[in-house]
Amino acid sequence: MRFWTGTLAALLLGCALDVAAVDLESLPTAELQSRYEALTHELRCMQCQNQSLADSPVGLASDLRREVREMLIAGKSDQQIRDHLVQRYGNFILFRPPFEAGTAWVWIAPFVLLAVGVFVAFRIVRQRRQLVAADDSVVDTDERL
Amino acid sequence: VNRFLIPGIAFLLLALVLYVGVERAPNRSTQQSALLGKPAPDFDLPSLTDPASRVSLAQLKGRPWVLNVWGTWCVGCREEHGVLLDIARQNAVTLVGLNWKDEDAAATAWLADLGNPYAAIAVDRDGRTAIDFGVYGAPETFFIDERGLVQYRHVGPMTLEVWQREFLSRLPRRALP
Repeated sequence: MRFWTGTLAALLLGCALDVAAVDLESLPTAELQSRYEALTHELRCMQCQNQSLADSPVGLASDLRREVREMLIAGKSDQQIRDHLVQRYGNFILFRPPFEAGTAWVWIAPFVLLAVGVFVAFRIVRQRRQLVAADDSVVDTDERL
Repeated sequence: VNRFLIPGIAFLLLALVLYVGVERAPNRSTQQSALLGKPAPDFDLPSLTDPASRVSLAQLKGRPWVLNVWGTWCVGCREEHGVLLDIARQNAVTLVGLNWKDEDAAATAWLADLGNPYAAIAVDRDGRTAIDFGVYGAPETFFIDERGLVQYRHVGPMTLEVWQREFLSRLPRRALP
């Protein structure tokens, strides 16, 4: 029993150290560190595509994190860092693409769909109301009889 | 009939949007290089075959060339290797290898084992040049024209069909085999 507890503890410690290994890539100041975390969460890991750079364990993601770290230390702004990566990987690397000709529909489509939904809902409500009104008139005539 | 017309049209439109999204968008956004029509990024890296010399963009100026990104850890690279050897035999264009995040010993053994299709191999140990090229997975193959502009990128194992359609067709006439 004691052996197993020891093994489990060692395994858990191992996991904890593993997690810490990612955080060891920390930056000199807290401000840089928080910008680093924000940036790596909004950049896509190109290899796994639906994970952010921050979440991905693959080699390329760690290389790109290194790139972001080095640019932060070199004093680049967030926008300069984004531009640097977009030049190489295209807008696809951004989870939040900029508003331009090719990406406009991504931003506009939800509002168009919402407008269509509101229009349809409004029409249905109005139709129902007319139905109810028609029913009332039937009841009215019934009562008169 | 009228009751189903508008929902029917809406359904078809939505189906079309989803179809385009699933079928086409992933290819367009990932396979099309962001570098198309732009100058190939500069690099100056050690050579795998001759540790004393270097492989750089400057050496490749003024002629069309092809960059193939590979590593011994990459399954697709083994798959395409025979095709690369065929391509090298055609002798139509300078084929440069970028050995990406690999080990020299493993890479050298691979070439001794399978044959070396490359005119030169640059060693990208820490993956910086690959990032400059926007590489996201090996194998990837780039065509760079004689002005030094990136004209095409192929993601995945090279095939003779892709080679003929997308690479040979971009070579100047006189260079064709």
